[in-house]
Parts: sequence; C-alpha cells; structure tokens
Amino acid sequence: MTAPATAAKTLPDPFRAGMAGGWAVIDASALPRDETFEADVAIVGTGAGGGTTAEILTQAGLKVILIEEGPLRTSSDFRMREAEAYPDLYQESGARRTVDKAIGILQGRCVGGSTTVNWTSSFRTPPLTLEHWARFHGVDGLSAAALAPHFARMEKRLSIAPWEVPPNANNAALARGAEEIGIPAAAIRRNVVGCWNLGYCGMGCPTNAKQSMLVTTIPAALDRGATLVTRARAQAFTLERDRIAALTCVAMDARGIHPTARRVTVRARAFVAASGAIGSPALLLRSGVPDPHGILGKRTFLHPVVISVARMPERVAAFAGAPQTIYSDHFIDTLPPEGPIGFKLEAPPIHPILGAITVPSHGASHARWMHDLPNLQVLIALLRDGFHPESVGGTVVLQDDGTPALDYPLTPYVWDGARRALATMAQIQFAAGATRVMPVHGDGAAYARWNDARAAIEGFALAPRTTPVVSAHVMGGCPIGGDPRHAVVDAAGRHHQLANLYVLDGSLFPTSIGANPQLSIYGIVAKLADSLAATLAPATAGAPRAAAQPDAGSPSVL
Amino acid sequence: MARWRCGRAPPHPVLFHAPALTVITRRTFLVAGIAGSAALAAAYWWRDRRGYPPVPATGTPRAGLDPDAQAVMAAIVPALLDGALPTDRTGRAAAVEETLAAVAVAINDLPPAAQQEISQLFALLAFAPARIALARVNSPWGAAAPGEVAGFLDRWRDSGWKLQRSAYDALHQLVFAAWYGNPRSWPAIGYDGPPVLVS
Repeated sequence: MTAPATAAKTLPDPFRAGMAGGWAVIDASALPRDETFEADVAIVGTGAGGGTTAEILTQAGLKVILIEEGPLRTSSDFRMREAEAYPDLYQESGARRTVDKAIGILQGRCVGGSTTVNWTSSFRTPPLTLEHWARFHGVDGLSAAALAPHFARMEKRLSIAPWEVPPNANNAALARGAEEIGIPAAAIRRNVVGCWNLGYCGMGCPTNAKQSMLVTTIPAALDRGATLVTRARAQAFTLERDRIAALTCVAMDARGIHPTARRVTVRARAFVAASGAIGSPALLLRSGVPDPHGILGKRTFLHPVVISVARMPERVAAFAGAPQTIYSDHFIDTLPPEGPIGFKLEAPPIHPILGAITVPSHGASHARWMHDLPNLQVLIALLRDGFHPESVGGTVVLQDDGTPALDYPLTPYVWDGARRALATMAQIQFAAGATRVMPVHGDGAAYARWNDARAAIEGFALAPRTTPVVSAHVMGGCPIGGDPRHAVVDAAGRHHQLANLYVLDGSLFPTSIGANPQLSIYGIVAKLADSLAATLAPATAGAPRAAAQPDAGSPSVL
Repeated sequence: MARWRCGRAPPHPVLFHAPALTVITRRTFLVAGIAGSAALAAAYWWRDRRGYPPVPATGTPRAGLDPDAQAVMAAIVPALLDGALPTDRTGRAAAVEETLAAVAVAINDLPPAAQQEISQLFALLAFAPARIALARVNSPWGAAAPGEVAGFLDRWRDSGWKLQRSAYDALHQLVFAAWYGNPRSWPAIGYDGPPVLVS
C-alpha cells in the first residue's frame, strides 16, 4: 500500500479524453455572457433517466442538449475522500433533509446524477410492483413481460451481471445471520466491469469500473454530437398554449451554491424532465405547468431506511470491498404489497464520516463506537412505501427561493415496519455473532443479548428525529398512468396537458419500487425513450445514423 | 393563454398523523415556535447592536466562522468530541482548530437556505438570554464548564422539541463530519485511509 503517488495518474480517464477530442461540454459557471441553445430535445438532468434518454435519442439522430445543475467530475477527481465527495457530488452536501428534518436524503448532484455515487445494486422492478401499478394505478404497457426486453438491453448496456467475488465481511455477516435465522439471502447483481473491489462507489468510481451514466450513455451521446451544460439550474419552462416554448436556466457559481446573473435559454421541439423525484416535480411547479387535479409532486416515496449497528468480535472493515453485495427480500416476498409495510435488508459501506453521523449521541459513548469502527457491522432496512392506503408518501414543496424541499410525514404505518425491521436486524446480527447491537435510535443504547434488544425495541417510542431515518431512493411525484385525474404523464411518459413535455426518470413511479431503483429507471425509461424517438424522428428511429453535427451557433467546447 | 393554478402545496402541512400525539405535539411545537422566534428576533437585534456583519445572501464565502458561531462552536466541539480528541495538549488544540475550520467550510458549501438556518441557530445560542433560558448554560460559552456544555447537549439530544432536537442533529452532523473527515482522526479508529491505486 505504499505505491508512488504518481501511480494513480496513470489510470485512464476516458471522459477527459473525450473532452480533449472535441465533445461539446460547457461549464455555465464560467460563461462570459448569456447563451441560447437550440436542439431537438432538451433533457434536464443527467442521471439514470437523463443519461438513458440522451443515448437513445442521439442514436435516433436527434440533436440533444443535456442540462445539469451539478459539476462535471470524472475519475481523475475521485480521490475516495468523504470530505471532498459529499459536498462536491451530492445534493446539499449530502445533508438534504425532509421539511421536518426527520429524514436525511442522499442524492447525487453531478454529471451522472446518483448513478455516479450509488452503490451499484441492480434489481429489475419486482413483478408484484408492476402488477400493483396495473391494478391500482391504471398503468398500461409496463408489465414484467413488456419490460423484460428493455431490462435485458440495459443490463447488457451497463454490464449488469452477478458479482462473483466473495462478499466483504459486512455483507457476509448478513448472509450468515440470515441463514442462521432461516430466511433466504442472495447476491446482488452489479453494474461493473473489472471492478477493483475497493468499496468507494459512493465517492465516485476512481477506476471507471462502475458503469454509471458518466462512463456509458453520456459519452455515447456526446460522441453523437449532444451538448452538455453543467452548473446550470433549470429554473422554469416558458409555456405557450399547450406547449413548452423554452427553458430558462440560471448559471450557478463555481461551487454550485449561489445562482449568478447569467442565464442559459434552451429552445427545443421537446423537453424531458429527468431531474429526479424532487427536482422534476419542482421544475414543473416553478413553471406553473397545468395541474388540474392537484397531483403534481404528491405521492413522493423514499424507501425510508432504519439502521442497526453491531459490534463483531472479528475485524469487519466495512469500509473496504464492494458495498451492498448481499440482500434479503424475505420481508418483501412474504408480505403482500398492500399489507403491513415490507422491507428489504442490505449491508451498506461504513466510512468514517458516514459512520460518525450515523452513531447517535456524543462524547465517550460515540468515541467508543468509532474506536471500534473496523469491527462494526451495519444493516439497513428499506421500507416499501406507497402500496397501502395509509402510505401516501410525501409532497414536494417550493421554498422561498424556489428550491425544493420534500415534506414527508412519518406515519404509524411506517413506524410499525421500522420496529419490525429493527428487531429483525438485531436478530440477524446476534445470529451472525455480534457481541453488541445498537438499533439506531434515541441516545444509542446497545444490547448484549437478542432478548434484551427485542424487549427494548418493543418499547421504543419511535418518532421523527428521535429515530434517525435516511433514504437514498426518491421516487414518484409525476406518476405515469392513463387517467389524468391520477397521473401526471400518460403511458408514453408525455405530460397529460402539455404536448411536448416528457418526464423520464424515477418520478414516473406511482409507488416506490421495493428494490434499489436504478435498473427500474433504466428499463422503463429506455422503453419510453424509444417511443419518444419514434415520435420525433420517425424516419430514423431504430436506424442509428452518423453522429449529428454540433450546432454551428453553439459556444466552442471548453 | 389559459392561466393554470400552480400546484404548490399548502403552506401548513399536517405534521403528525397519530391522533394520540396530535394535541401534545401541536402544543409543544407552538411553544417552541413562539419561544424560538421571539428569542431569535431578540438575538438578531442584539447582534446588530454589536455591529456584526450581516449574513451574506450571495457571493464569496467568508473565511472561518462568524463571531457567534465561533464562540458557540469553540465550546461545543470539545464536548461532542470528548474521548475522541488527541490527549496531548498541542494535538488537541490543533484538532479543535481544524474541526472549527472544517465546520466553516462545510457551512459555506450548504445551500443558502440551510446556511441561513444555521446562522439563526448560532445567533440564538450566542444570545445570552436564550443561552440561559433555552440552552440552560449560565456562563458565557467561553467560560462554560465542560459539564455545563455536556448537559446542554444531552438535554437537546433527548428533547421532544423539534427546534432543539433538530438543532442537536445539525451540530452533531457538522462536527462529527468535520472531525472524522480529517485524516488526523483516522489512526484512533483503525482506518488506514483510502487505498493507494497502483496500476
């Protein structure tokens, strides 16, 4: 581990190479004047939805412009340091919270969006979720059979495959504990090529092994002449009758904190909102788009997560090795979606900052847990929200400065699942050999025996802020469906009231997914983007032609 | 062109659904809200009298913490990090200084709305009547005994008031992220730092 400091400089950075080769990438924070762009399609956001859409539309020969609020950071910038990565790559420095401060939200804000910083977990949308959408939300065309070819194609595109390397000790403990208590656990498929098994996916992949949008679809779109504008916040659409005429963006400062006086205007035939399930509804709200039934930004889901920390007798080193490689769906599969809230069990990475802000309290007790960091094993339970009448999720609201916040009340329905999840995680951790388990709650009391933990959890006064809850999956708010009274967009992803506005990201989902959502976004958006390409470029859809030429009027490449 | 109503959410969302909790929670929220805003108004008045620079709305980040934040954090950091800081005097002082500096950097990287909230929290805590009435710290922050500061942190950690518990969470997150993001903290927790990539 004492390699020369220059070693890392020899790692390839294909994105920077592409920029040197002439890609149209513009940093709006450095614009000397206001700019106007024209394209066939303007895509707001470069995450799972925006990236997938950009590749498919450029393959159809369409001229695309991508608008990203965050910065462009590439593998050379990814130094695996939390103190740099969270402020640089995450919404609100990773400290985004719901309105009542009860739920912390981890969301990417950079080129590639959350795909640049996610933990690579790849699941197809569970068939039960798709059946629920068809039955209760009037969603046509998104059956498991209809989506299968689109999942298969995106799995191939992003190299989503079984991960053959043995799990790190943190994930092995989940497998061991699950087996011990008699529930099934299995390996998680990952979107990686030649992964070094480092464990720093959440800070941007330094080796470009992770097949995020940053290294796949966005480079492909740029190769075909797409333009990417970074550090540009999409402020509002300009409406003309039932169409969008233009999009106005505000250039951000170099750190992405304050808006500048510079404006970027985009004119296009069609506009795609792909800013995620907080950003997309917020953009539509700021624009005053028609919302005759008052559903925009409602029913936003989070997979609320509760956490259990265990101290193991042996070294775990949960900061090393691929994160989240084992899962258990026992409490998803054995509970009907419409019943008590189910939960998925996974084992996250634990680096010093993530560990320190998760361990409750302060002073000596906090220091003791941190001292044992190499022996800590952590489980998380992701609660499947949005399937039960009592689980209506949250609402995206606009703050005084126009930026969004999510109001998500935690209800007894969610707390019931949180209590069962905390008890189950403690049981698994003791079964895996834990000497202490701390269900993350209150002042961080810990237990040495399963029966004590179970009794204590039974008596916990679970409540907002007293029980830390986090989320890395924001879904819903612009639901897809045939009935305009209950859906913002139609079966093609097109806005029910505006002819040239599409929503192609996780905000389409009428409920949560019940699994890590990236592959759901890839597959569903791929299907909808095909139909958008056919609408806009009927002559060329499905028959990729040579790279489109950049608009002669575009500013020169940086 | 037809005017459509904007889909903005109602300004006063229902905070709790549990019927049994509603009455108590609403009352405590009101108390916290009124006490909080009265104290905040007074704190701002006091700060203006002392001639502190206004909180910048935009522009370049200010180096370091503002005077209110500096006074409060210099007392709170050693209490939160009790047991985690180096034991030698020099190492400890440097660790506290570096943590304060990293907190300042972190605050400057937050969105303007969050910076404003944190600025309000520090103004409130630095305002003597609020310090005594809400934080129950009787001495000025610079003179407060470690036990007095620890007691304040324990009370706000366990508080049912949204104002106090969410303020505690913000301080917890800022300080622990600042310290454990610092390589100086890593040897004591058995973390070797990120791997060196050899090609």
